[in-house]
Amino acid sequence: MHFDLPTIWALVIGFGLMMYVFLDGFDLGIGLLFPFIKGKQDRDIMVNSVAPVWDGNETWLVLGGAGLLAAFPMAYSVILSALYGPILLMLFGLILRGVAFEFRFKATESHRPMWDKLFFAGSLMATFAQGVAMGAVIVGFQVKNGEFAGGGLDWLSPFSIFTGFSLLFAYGLLGTTWLVVKTEHDLQKKMRRLIKPLTLLLGLCMLGISFYTPLINDRVRDLWFNWSNIIYLVPLPVYTALFAFLLIGSAHSKEDGRPFIFALCMLFMGYLGLCVSLWPNIIPPGISIYEAAAPESSLMFTLVGVIFIVPVILLYTFWSYRVFRGKVLDTEGYH
Amino acid sequence: MFDFSAIDLARVQFAFTVSFHIIFPAITIGLASYLAVLEGLWLYTRKPIYMTLCRFWMKIFAVNFAMGVVSGIVMAYQFGTNWSQFSNFAGAITGPLLSYEVMTAFFLEAGFLGVMLFGWKKVGERLHFASTILVAIGTLISMTWILASNSWMQTPQGYDIVDGRVVPVDWFKIIFNPSFPYRLAHMGLAAFLATALLVGASGAWHILKGTHVAVSKKMLSMAMWMLLIIAPMQVLVGDQHGLNTLEHQPIKVAAMEGHWHNSKPGEGVPLVLFGWPNMQQERNDFAIEIPHGASLILTHSMDGTIAPLTSVAPEDRPYVPIVFFSFRIMVALGMLMIVLAVSALILRKKGKIYEKKWFLKFCVAMGPAGLIAMLTGWFVTEAGRQPWVVYGLQRTVDANSPHTVNAMTLSLLSFVVIYICVFGIGVRYMLSLIKKGPAENYSDEKDDDLNKRPSRPLSAADGVEI
Ligand code: HDD
Ligand code: HEM
Ligand code: HEM
Repeated sequence: MHFDLPTIWALVIGFGLMMYVFLDGFDLGIGLLFPFIKGKQDRDIMVNSVAPVWDGNETWLVLGGAGLLAAFPMAYSVILSALYGPILLMLFGLILRGVAFEFRFKATESHRPMWDKLFFAGSLMATFAQGVAMGAVIVGFQVKNGEFAGGGLDWLSPFSIFTGFSLLFAYGLLGTTWLVVKTEHDLQKKMRRLIKPLTLLLGLCMLGISFYTPLINDRVRDLWFNWSNIIYLVPLPVYTALFAFLLIGSAHSKEDGRPFIFALCMLFMGYLGLCVSLWPNIIPPGISIYEAAAPESSLMFTLVGVIFIVPVILLYTFWSYRVFRGKVLDTEGYH
Repeated sequence: MFDFSAIDLARVQFAFTVSFHIIFPAITIGLASYLAVLEGLWLYTRKPIYMTLCRFWMKIFAVNFAMGVVSGIVMAYQFGTNWSQFSNFAGAITGPLLSYEVMTAFFLEAGFLGVMLFGWKKVGERLHFASTILVAIGTLISMTWILASNSWMQTPQGYDIVDGRVVPVDWFKIIFNPSFPYRLAHMGLAAFLATALLVGASGAWHILKGTHVAVSKKMLSMAMWMLLIIAPMQVLVGDQHGLNTLEHQPIKVAAMEGHWHNSKPGEGVPLVLFGWPNMQQERNDFAIEIPHGASLILTHSMDGTIAPLTSVAPEDRPYVPIVFFSFRIMVALGMLMIVLAVSALILRKKGKIYEKKWFLKFCVAMGPAGLIAMLTGWFVTEAGRQPWVVYGLQRTVDANSPHTVNAMTLSLLSFVVIYICVFGIGVRYMLSLIKKGPAENYSDEKDDDLNKRPSRPLSAADGVEI
């Protein structure tokens, strides 16, 4: 039997990246919401709602990086060196917010406002940088002999700045809906009120990206504006819009979990759309997963681990979310 | 003034960020196991002192862990951002190993860390203990994979080269490459030593100040037993490690020994106690030597010989002074650790271990010694591997990414500023937590009481002055 290993691996990495966007998305989103919430107690609750899980969430990013290196070493080296600026910005952002989690509880009262600011700043930097990176990947890179051959600022374009802002809304929305699940009273009300404007803004951004992508990329245009494909592809935008409506409708629902689920569904549709547009390229515009794939012995060796270990990871991750389920009370201190 | 090329800057950047990173994992590895032991002792004996200690070190662990994670993420991405040709060339091997590290170790640590730190009242005692143990196991697994990767870069085997790239052929050979067992044992012991010395120094410091005396005596005592067992082991393992290196990377050993030329028959190789390696003149200035010393240590005979530095062309030699001096610092500190452990044993026998001021001060002074020995050890290993990234297969000059000097300068400066500020403050928080000592003696009732109080001012109570 023959397995199409590069395709399987592209799916694995796509899955890892999706987990990252979903999980670290709400967790970065909480940092993005800090300026809207001033009270110390509310801020403690916000941070406590993710404190036990943020490390696990971020580990999906490490898996994405390591998986890319293992399965598509060429893509890893080209994309990461082409995205030097945004990646560094992201790393600096992740450093600031990662330590702020711990430090804001260990610091004296006088230091705490500084760590709160850095928590916000770090979340902002990391999210924006990831958005810019996403835009730059859609636009594509120059490659010669398996090496990045473009300039140091190729990642910078009006489009990548636009996607940077788009991701702020996406993560902000995830953070908001997560807090609806985890909080009560005033804080929760404030979050409910944010859902509608954020959903609309995100919807507009997604629309913008959908119209712009075919313009810069012929292949994407052929894909989306070809009648024989439309039947398969039309559900994507339709479902996205549907989930956006459901999301706005559920903003004040008694079922606290609904907005979060709908937000995830809406983003999932957008993510799927992007994947369909880029497929089967891993370094747009011209390098496919087959050209960039590692030797079969590497793909096979690591895949065995993925098949046996990732389900176990999902199980205990689920378990640890269950341990910390329910509303975060302000009586629960940090450790 | 300075004339750095982009690749020099990339090397400085890697050395800087990984040196910062490795400090935190070393303490994470040691403390995680220490916490598991403390929690186990508490469950077994129900003596509050163990729980007091466990809660105390767990706070420090949490701060340290956060710094280990964020500095580690930088490392995982740096292979692509700064060493793209290396990743392209060897990613088929280092990538899978790193992926296994993520899947078997990082997720395990992260998944159970939340329960370990915040789950005291959310899960049962046994489940909590299990979580602590799993975190500790995760740190050890993490060390295993990353050292397999690094050891493969030192002593590669089990691969083919196809179209100018590495293709894995035999994964068993790749993971269990010749230097891996030695490096794993040596680094594992180094992490435990570094932690034991830190714990011991904290205990000694409080005893000297007369604060938290009971728990501090316990810390000191536990640390000194640990040291007594593993410091001598480390010297033995180090010796074996050196013999292994002699077999696979003889020029690295020649650099450690400062051995430039073939000796005359019957003269053997002297042990250079001190000297200044002079790369141009190919000799050591101001050398103080013990005749036949290195022969004895490395070949176990009076006049055995080893390959000298001049047996390879100058461009194939590492930068000798770094290797030479780092090696001496590491070995000297290892010997001092044994002196400390033995003094502790003697004083313990006399019943004076908590009284002798000089001894307690010695303990405090040795607090950072484990970390310094570990860093200098890595300098020996990594600088001694030069000019290769993958020994014998890829040179460092062929490994980097196509960035300009300006981009590299800017990024290096940003790393230096951010690391020094952020991790500097973090280390100061850790030290002030240690100085503050355990909050109060643990007891079950009090803890429940605290939890029931509606607005528990924990964060304020946790705050420390820096
Ligand atoms: C898996 C790989 C790996 C691991 C675990 C380590 N290193 Fe390394 N090291 C490299 C892979 C590497 C490298 C990518 O291969 C570098 C970059 C440039 C070079 O030549 O080797 C390197 C260079 C390098 C240098 C510069 C040497 C020179 O250019 O002369 C130093 C000082 C260190 N490392 C120190 C460390 C420390 C303190 C480590 C402890 C964690 C460590 N390395 C672990
Ligand atoms: C230079 C190569 C290295 C890379 C690429 C690397 C990568 C990483 C990454 C990405 C993390 C964060 C994982 C998370 O999200 O939880 C991490 C943490 C960790 N690393 Fe490294 N690492 C390197 C060197 C080492 C070495 C040599 C050791 C051990 C001997 C080590 C042991 C650990 C441990 C125990 C952790 C757990 C978190 C903590 O430190 O507190 N690493 N590393
Ligand atoms: C006193 C006797 C010691 C001897 C003879 C010794 C020997 C060695 C040798 C030969 C190497 C280089 C191996 C290579 O690159 O191939 C090395 C590396 C290293 N040493 Fe030591 N060592 C000693 C003590 C210590 C101590 C006390 C520590 C730390 C607490 C330590 C930590 C390390 C580390 C972290 C490395 C780098 C990782 C590795 O290659 O294993 N060593 N040691």
